Amino acid sequence: MFPELNNLLNTTPDKAEQGTLTLLCDSKTDGSFLVHHFLSFYLKANCKVCFVALIQSFSHYNIVGQKLGVNLTMARERGQLVFLEGLKSAVDVFFRAQEKPHPLQFLREANAGNLKPLFEFVREALKPVDSGEAGWTYPVLLVDDLSVLLSLGLGAVAVLDFIHYCRVTVCWELKGNIVVLVHDSGDVEDEENDILLNGLSHQSHLILRAEGLATGFCRDVHGQLRILWRRPSQSTSQRDQSLTYQYKIQDRSVSFFAKGMSPAVL
Amino acid sequence: MAAVATCGGDAGSVGSAVATASKSNVTSFQRRGPRASGTNDSSPRLVSITGTRPSVRNGQLLVSTGLPALDQLLGGGLAVGTVLLIEEDKYNIYSSLLFKYFLAEGIVSGHTLLVASANEDPANILQELPAPLLDDNCKKEFDEDVYNHKTPESNIKMKIAWRYQLLPKMEQIRPVSSSRFGHYYDTSKRIPQELIEASKWHGFFLPEKISSTLKVEPCSLTYGYIKLLQFIQNIIYEEGFDGSNPQKKQKNILRIGIQNLGSPLWGDDICCTENGDSSHSLTKFLYVLRGLLRTSLSACIITMPTHLIQNKAVIAHVTNLSDIVVGLESFIGSERETNPLYKDYHGLIHIRQIPRLNNLVCDESDVKDLALTACKAKNILSHHVQRKFSIKEPHFKELHTLKKIY
Repeated sequence: MFPELNNLLNTTPDKAEQGTLTLLCDSKTDGSFLVHHFLSFYLKANCKVCFVALIQSFSHYNIVGQKLGVNLTMARERGQLVFLEGLKSAVDVFFRAQEKPHPLQFLREANAGNLKPLFEFVREALKPVDSGEAGWTYPVLLVDDLSVLLSLGLGAVAVLDFIHYCRVTVCWELKGNIVVLVHDSGDVEDEENDILLNGLSHQSHLILRAEGLATGFCRDVHGQLRILWRRPSQSTSQRDQSLTYQYKIQDRSVSFFAKGMSPAVL
Repeated sequence: MAAVATCGGDAGSVGSAVATASKSNVTSFQRRGPRASGTNDSSPRLVSITGTRPSVRNGQLLVSTGLPALDQLLGGGLAVGTVLLIEEDKYNIYSSLLFKYFLAEGIVSGHTLLVASANEDPANILQELPAPLLDDNCKKEFDEDVYNHKTPESNIKMKIAWRYQLLPKMEQIRPVSSSRFGHYYDTSKRIPQELIEASKWHGFFLPEKISSTLKVEPCSLTYGYIKLLQFIQNIIYEEGFDGSNPQKKQKNILRIGIQNLGSPLWGDDICCTENGDSSHSLTKFLYVLRGLLRTSLSACIITMPTHLIQNKAVIAHVTNLSDIVVGLESFIGSERETNPLYKDYHGLIHIRQIPRLNNLVCDESDVKDLALTACKAKNILSHHVQRKFSIKEPHFKELHTLKKIY
């Protein structure tokens, strides 16, 4: 996790809020550093994490996690982390017919499928085990990323249904958190992606939006992060709080600064 | 890096192929742990595969794309287990040239090739590969191998013509893999036939494969893509590129080249209509392909006519599902051909995406304006004219000063 981002979000692993949906969004840049941040954050907070990693392999997250201070291999071995590796499972699902429904069953279906098997997988993974072992604080579902599901043929409605079911189970029943990443296609007209993004924005408690700079590439400032706090359940009488920072990604951390206050410029 | 090194020593990474001892044993792909550690070597054997080198940044295993300039822009080379997507230029001139450079590099480095095409027979593609420029250093390596393999009788020292002792007896290019990383090629000459014959390659020509009956259940991929995926998976499994065959003594890289993916010849209508029946066929193919690559010692180049794709959202999806995306733009037929700014160049190269593998940062080059030339150049050493394909950074002084202000 990045200590500077924790300060900006006003959280620490000990006193994080429960029952929230966090939406990570990136537009014209790569927002995967936010995924690494939340993964290490929740592992350090001693939560049970179910990570649906659709875009990269396990060793990628493991190596970056080690730079941020968490060991994914050990977390997986002691049961704190349930890792669904999308790329590896897709090969299994595609080439071999499965007896029982696989979480990525929709890859074999000709028509637009639904994500029910994936939801069953998540529910099974985060089910509270009452055998009296080392208790994890609360469950967390992490998905990287949802736009891949859209590009693999699922409709935006199917993905929104999946998130809705997960919210009921994880956020409301088990008082856990959900963090998802969605790519914003920007000026490319992608209707399904827009539906998904707007739908999730209305349901989220916290939106982190990583954007590229409007003026183009810069070596010292890699992008801009917009943080938006929301209260979806309450009425809109209270203004949503929003902050904007610029950031630079380094080898082991990310440094944030106010707009125009990059150390390279000052 | 120290923390990475200690954690890399677990059972799952025994036998993984990283060259140096100082770097850790983790790479971007996963081996099937139990079987890999069941080999007869008890200690982690540090194998070095020809034609590869570990990345300076994170120890990732890299292969050369065939163009040393492009390797430099991509941060050292193409990482093993990743996909390099080339967005074709309008008349498919420079993209097919890059495709051939990639395959020629594979032959010179001794890698296994898998060439897939829907419009050209892979054997013909291999015949048209450019000839490698083997300079004196390379020749010396070849000569040493020739020297070592000679029979004892021929080791008689030459007494009179001793100066010629070090030269090979016959003028031949030994089909032995060169241990250099990245070679230069001469596109005016064809690759020598002996090199092709000595190399191992598999061809997938779609019109040949399409005649067999449809045996697999329909899963919304076009038939051509299904057959290609099965072919690739077959080769990877049978030749042990995924670590499943522990008898393999010498590890090697599989270079996969897929030409014109997404064109109507593959049975995909993505270039013809905006919302066709098989609109997600290509993306599913890319996803499963990347899954295959991540779990094996292979690297893939794909050329795709993205300028023909009608639905622009698909291009965004395809970009997100690939690792490196390079767009080529040629000046032929456009108004830039007569523009005096571009008079020395034949086209532009756009590096659209570079992956951040095993890392938070990536090696983005500072230069964003890149031009390519395919020109005749006189090689002073060998005194004949060659055709070279090179990437240059044009000195657009005005553009550079504009970029400093942000």
